[in-house]
Amino acid sequence: MRAAVIVFPGSNCDVDAALAWEQTTGGTAERIWHETADLSGAEAIILPGGFAHGDYLRCGALCRFSPAMRAVVAAASRGVPVLGICNGFQILCESGLLPGALGRNQGLTFRCETVRIRVENTGTAWTGACRPGEVLSLPIAHGDGCYWLPAEELDALRVRGGVVFRYCDAGGRTGTGANPNGSADDIAGICNPAGNVVGLMPHPERAAEALLGGTDGAAILRSALRVLGVGATASG
Amino acid sequence: MRPSEPPRAPRSGSAGHTVAVPSPPRWEAVGLQADEYRDITARLGREPNDVELGLFGAMWSEHCSYKSSRAYLGRLPSGAPQVLVGPGENAGVLDLGGGHAVALRMESHNHPSAVEPFQGAATGVGGILRDIFTMGARPVALLDGLRFGPPDAARNRQLAVGVTQGIGHYGNCTGVPTVGGETTFDPVYADNPLVNVMCVGYLEWEYLQRGAAPGPGNGVFLIGNRTGRDGIHGASLLASQSFRESAAELRPAVQVGDPFVGKLLIEACLELAASGRLRGQSDLGAAGITSAASETAGRAGTGILLDLDRVPCREPGMSAYEIMLSESQERMLLVAAPEDEAYLLGVCRRWGLDAARIGTVTDDGRLRVVKGGRLEADVPARHLSHGAPKYRRPARLPAPPVPWSPDPARHADLTPEEARSAAVELLRRPTLAAKRWLYRQYDHQVQTNTVLSPGAGDAAVLRHRPSGQGIALSLDMGGRLPALDPYGGAALLVAEGARNVACAGGRPLGLTNCLNFGSPERPEVMGAFIRTIDGLAAACRRLGIPVTGGNVSFYNETGGRSIYPTPAIGMLGLLAEAGGARGSGATAAGHGVWCLGPLGRARLDGSEYQDMRWDLCAGAPLRPQWGTERALVALLSGGAAELASAHDVADGGLVTALVEIVGTARTRGLGLAVDLPRPRGRGPAARLDNLLFGEGPGRVLVTAEDGAELQAACAGLGLACRRLGSTTGDGVVRISVGGKPLMRLGPDDLAAWEEALPRCLD
Repeated sequence: MRAAVIVFPGSNCDVDAALAWEQTTGGTAERIWHETADLSGAEAIILPGGFAHGDYLRCGALCRFSPAMRAVVAAASRGVPVLGICNGFQILCESGLLPGALGRNQGLTFRCETVRIRVENTGTAWTGACRPGEVLSLPIAHGDGCYWLPAEELDALRVRGGVVFRYCDAGGRTGTGANPNGSADDIAGICNPAGNVVGLMPHPERAAEALLGGTDGAAILRSALRVLGVGATASG
Repeated sequence: MRPSEPPRAPRSGSAGHTVAVPSPPRWEAVGLQADEYRDITARLGREPNDVELGLFGAMWSEHCSYKSSRAYLGRLPSGAPQVLVGPGENAGVLDLGGGHAVALRMESHNHPSAVEPFQGAATGVGGILRDIFTMGARPVALLDGLRFGPPDAARNRQLAVGVTQGIGHYGNCTGVPTVGGETTFDPVYADNPLVNVMCVGYLEWEYLQRGAAPGPGNGVFLIGNRTGRDGIHGASLLASQSFRESAAELRPAVQVGDPFVGKLLIEACLELAASGRLRGQSDLGAAGITSAASETAGRAGTGILLDLDRVPCREPGMSAYEIMLSESQERMLLVAAPEDEAYLLGVCRRWGLDAARIGTVTDDGRLRVVKGGRLEADVPARHLSHGAPKYRRPARLPAPPVPWSPDPARHADLTPEEARSAAVELLRRPTLAAKRWLYRQYDHQVQTNTVLSPGAGDAAVLRHRPSGQGIALSLDMGGRLPALDPYGGAALLVAEGARNVACAGGRPLGLTNCLNFGSPERPEVMGAFIRTIDGLAAACRRLGIPVTGGNVSFYNETGGRSIYPTPAIGMLGLLAEAGGARGSGATAAGHGVWCLGPLGRARLDGSEYQDMRWDLCAGAPLRPQWGTERALVALLSGGAAELASAHDVADGGLVTALVEIVGTARTRGLGLAVDLPRPRGRGPAARLDNLLFGEGPGRVLVTAEDGAELQAACAGLGLACRRLGSTTGDGVVRISVGGKPLMRLGPDDLAAWEEALPRCLD
């Protein structure tokens, strides 16, 4: 179970993601510099949080020109599980692997706190270990997490089960003011039609051990193990 | 080659009819005094040229040379077995055992933040990060101590919002969590807000870097941002003078930060440090290349020959003067052997950083600067870096403080009926209100080491992954108490810092500090400064805590009106296991609530309540009782008793501390029912308001499931321990006095405490 964690200049959650992967899955995680074009051997790929390329131009926008991203796109098309966390989610949207865009938080300020999200789709590579409707407590830390998609595309996303996580309250209810950034339809995370590419704003890697106050993120990372059981690899 | 001649002053009277306009003396333009100019001339054996004078102006500024404070800073105790690097380097370093160590440093960025709050604060964070990774340490935590004027004025609000966002911008982007700090509001800081930033980093002892340039023949490299025309005179004119009418005209002296490059620099420098191929490194902060070059050469007893034509500049046509004094951000000066040049440049290229060899270490002890084949400056390096005069300025020591005696007519005690509304009003004061609005804007979890995050404990606790230990961090800052009693106020801060890290489970290991004062040219400011040093030194000796370094910020005054003497200390404590961290909030209903230490030992003197009720800051704050403080630290950091939570009674007194135990989102639903002893005796101690809102050191509120262990441990230490009541499950704080119900603070009151700050600042 070898994961590749892609490191862009300005990534700052790459070490956290690699450690959390190793701790929760028992596998190995290698941090791969963005100029590397060869991701063969990676059975799962994580795009970590941070401020890749300083978030200049737009959050995540410049990453798609990196050789590693071309390899990520190719691996994703072969069904390799790809998880984009926070800045990684923004990168997935900017590179076209996921639809929509992430804009400035509605409140216009950076927010770092623990939120709750509800699992809407357990059929993805990164939610198979969760229960449908399960409420997870996960930290967020972002200034640009307001998910947006044109209305008709949003409908299409919903219809195909593309909404993977929604912000909710402790009781799992949405629309109760629990949305921290103004995202459309309380969306916290989405997936591609094949379900192997998932992006979300909250940080599962920060909730992977009890010492730090929560372990709800571990289920997301461990979910990839089920997929890997069927043998999808980057080289395969 | 000789340095270019000093310009000649135009001779007056020679043309007959023209009226001579005396030009201001040369030294004034760079912020020096006439006798300092004479001193420089004597050291050089000639008059300095303009470039050389600029170098001295920057390096002999108050900001860079500590010329008014150095004579006293040696009084702070810095020797202890755990101190691996003490004062004088870019940061102090404490031993964590097993080859692991922790670097810490605090610095002010007050003047730039007053002029341009966002960039001033952001570059303050950038600068303190560089101080830490310069030592070869990975920055793992930031804390900030902030002082603003009351947020009901638009200007103060703009400053508070700008500073908060600037701190968040830099820390969040570089991936260093901001885990704690202290923020209060007082009119005395309206024109001179304070922004003190502290950084802590982990390092392996074998990778420790020194800010020195040893080995003649070694190369001197400049890496990071290109050098531009920003921040020239930041050290000499902005940070070393009082504000006059308009601080806005100094805006060009403020630098602009780029946290993205800051992050790349962290990674490149740590990679180079771990390679073992660096001979020395220094960050470029105040006074830019001048400071980095002269200090590294000065420390090593070497010289440096700089070729400014090799400095990557942002724009063409920059003069030697501008290049040497530019304070462009995100630059580092590295020293490496010639055979390591290709390796060093290669690492920088991979991280996308500009890098150039700009000079060579020499054996002549001189800083020589060449540009366009011309020798622009030639001065003894150590005279620049370590030769500034050491002043013992006239000082008027403060009179011993006299306890306040309230006038019964004007300063009536609270009736039991008034107690509740006073508590509600007090809790809404921006200084006492919950600070979630601030820390929510800071990433406080990145690097996944944060065991106790902001608001969860009296100190932040971080895990040290390699050893499993934890470090507890607390930043405590003065205000009214040192204003009334500089000596006692400083001692109180050390005691409070120690208590805070102990409440979180840590044993105090060392502290850093930042001393913010008005103009040292005024005797009363110097007097308060000297007493502050003495108070800090005495407290550190009493508690056995070494000082690893610090920073002094003078000239925090405008139009002759100074801030309060405002020392800040950053305390670091050690936990044997990170998992032993203890929060400040109650964890369950049905636990007992105890007060450790002298419950009734409090005064209204200098309290938040005295300010609120009578717009008054008067009297003599209580000083620490060292036996009590030592016993508290021993009990709380020793694990003698199983405690669910521990919380220091600080600003706002007992009622505020009680509310803080159950008031946060984390503890929602929990409440307290406590009974306080009826105040006895005569005078202020018999007052109800003094019991509820009086302030005094040495008091800690703890909750525990079972008190038997606690009482036994306290008895063993001779520490007072009084049961006040229990935690409840109804989200209400009920306080009675002498068995008679006094007040009830419900969920709405607790929510008002949490919402007060956003209401002011959003």
